[in-house]
Amino acid sequence: MNAKTLFEKVWEQHEVVPETADTPAVLYIDLHLVHEVTSPQAFSLLREQGLKVRRTDRTLATMDHSTPTDPDEIFGRVPIKVESAARQVKELEKNCGEFGVELLGLGSDQRGIVHVIGPELGATQPGKTIVCGDSHTATHGAFGALAFGIGTTEVGHVLATQCLLQRRPKTLAIEVKGRLPESVTAKDLILAIIGKIGVSGGTGHVIEYRGSAIEALSMDERMTVCNMSIEAGARAGMIAPDETTFAYLKGRRFAPQGTAWDKAVAEWRKLPSDPGARFDRVVEIDATSLEPMISYGTHPGMVVPISGSVPERANDAVHAKSLAYMGLSGGEKLIGKPIQVVFVGSCTNARLSDLELAAKVMRGRRVADGVRALIVPGSQQIKREAEARGLAKIFTDAGAEWRESGCSMCIGMNGDLVAKGQYAVSTSNRNFEGRQGTGARTLLASPATAAAAAITGRVTDPRDFLG
Amino acid sequence: MQPIRTIESRTVVLPFTNIDTDQIIPARFLTTTTKEGLGKLAFSDWRYEASGAPKSDFILNRPESSGCAILVGGRNFGCGSSREHAPWALLDYGFRAVISTEIADIFRSNSLKNGLLPIVVDEATHQWLLDNPGAQLRIDLETSTLTLPTGTSVQFPIEGFARYCLLNGTDEMGFLLSRSDAITKFEQGRA
Ligand code: SF4
Repeated sequence: MNAKTLFEKVWEQHEVVPETADTPAVLYIDLHLVHEVTSPQAFSLLREQGLKVRRTDRTLATMDHSTPTDPDEIFGRVPIKVESAARQVKELEKNCGEFGVELLGLGSDQRGIVHVIGPELGATQPGKTIVCGDSHTATHGAFGALAFGIGTTEVGHVLATQCLLQRRPKTLAIEVKGRLPESVTAKDLILAIIGKIGVSGGTGHVIEYRGSAIEALSMDERMTVCNMSIEAGARAGMIAPDETTFAYLKGRRFAPQGTAWDKAVAEWRKLPSDPGARFDRVVEIDATSLEPMISYGTHPGMVVPISGSVPERANDAVHAKSLAYMGLSGGEKLIGKPIQVVFVGSCTNARLSDLELAAKVMRGRRVADGVRALIVPGSQQIKREAEARGLAKIFTDAGAEWRESGCSMCIGMNGDLVAKGQYAVSTSNRNFEGRQGTGARTLLASPATAAAAAITGRVTDPRDFLG
Repeated sequence: MQPIRTIESRTVVLPFTNIDTDQIIPARFLTTTTKEGLGKLAFSDWRYEASGAPKSDFILNRPESSGCAILVGGRNFGCGSSREHAPWALLDYGFRAVISTEIADIFRSNSLKNGLLPIVVDEATHQWLLDNPGAQLRIDLETSTLTLPTGTSVQFPIEGFARYCLLNGTDEMGFLLSRSDAITKFEQGRA
């Protein structure tokens, strides 16, 4: 028998009609996650064409991008300030009601960032095909699912047919050898990977992260790594399911129960890439030598170790434009740079272990004068758990803001914004111009690095606080 | 979707690498629930002052850009967010084709579904296009060729099914719906 990769196994199990020279494959989708921003036009299309949602039981909706994080707005005590966002929320409520799709809406205690709640509810499972009108759908690949972002037209296709037309992508293995040093996080690892292969290094490929350093990661950490596959240009990133995966899923709302669980696990054990399976490309990284990383430019490939300096690139106009936007110059050290905002949140780093890490740094300390620190949990469940464990109190005692869950300052659609010219150390995934607000200057880093910056008011090596 | 056969137009050049979809259409405009009217918001933060006044030195605000239907961008055009609002905005502005050496996967797929033609060219052709902003080009989709004003023609890759759909203005929904028997059978086979 042919040795197959994890990706190949999942792909082949979902081919309704295999691809030919003339036509792409018809690929079956097991789980379709829907949110308020990329779905309205798709539901309109269904309505225009008189179509129904084919499998409401495979469709799950929530709202996260344009929703506020202020409890009064969320729970209806005051109107949502951003009027167009309020309309979008209403529209999703109407669409889900009319088409019979389950919606974890504003008041739901299971609501949260779509890529946080899918796994949290156990809807994300090994071997599934998962799509969402959002590029960070790659996150779900941490469970050994084939998960990728789609556009709104495709959201319509999946709603109506539960299928997509897709050409088979190529495969890229990223082998991470050794083990991450103490105080170097999964976020640092993925930033280092993007720095190495570049922001288009994964274009046309599905990445499989493998090797001893990956196997040692928790599910939260694996999600952080897979989440940013899109920042390397890949649509999907996958990690083979193992005991860590099964232990995470067991007992969650949508996970199989009883004998169905045992049957499912037996199937999931067959998914990892076979010995000798071939990838189109292989890249090796040594985890042992990694340091905490930070971005300095306007795309996520512009990263350096925290102790490093902004690279100098003579005669590179694009580099110069990026540095001009960031207000940085070549050769400048990043450590010690004053910052004004800290954002701990997003589908990259707003799970419980991320908040624990930030709290470890902030415990018994105060946010520096003149710094605004915003901590936004990835879901309402995480919020409750963080409150029960006393993390929220550590943050508020330190002078940070503690919010309801949502995308918040990662995308700045909901009123949480970084002002023009301000520096924000953010645990999110994109440092594009204007991403966190017009003229905002984003420095991407781990929750530990972000929390350390909140305390000192400057870019700081988190190891100073983690000992 | 309007069928595409040929596009003849001058180019607008944005010579930056990694132009992401947050630049093409900033997130604060994504609270819309329709596809219309996004053209005036395309490249907003590069195009307008905070006051809303157009920045006179930005290429899209210059008289020579008016009526141009071909956008030439740097490598890795359209990376980042999957927002289909990006091709919607470019189309609504009046662009029909985007040319680069590398076009990000989701943006390319979204463009094809809306009749915006993503064209990948070799480094030398790309360099020529960057060096000659405003060049009059001819794109023939049937033969997948791009012809420069110098008379040089280059072939560009385009997936056969996508080309068929663009040439005929067909959308994929019809194709998928016509496969519903196969889909039902697949579902039954797994149950
Ligand atoms: S947290 Fe940010 S990256 Fe994640 S889904 Fe929300 S907007 Fe997208």
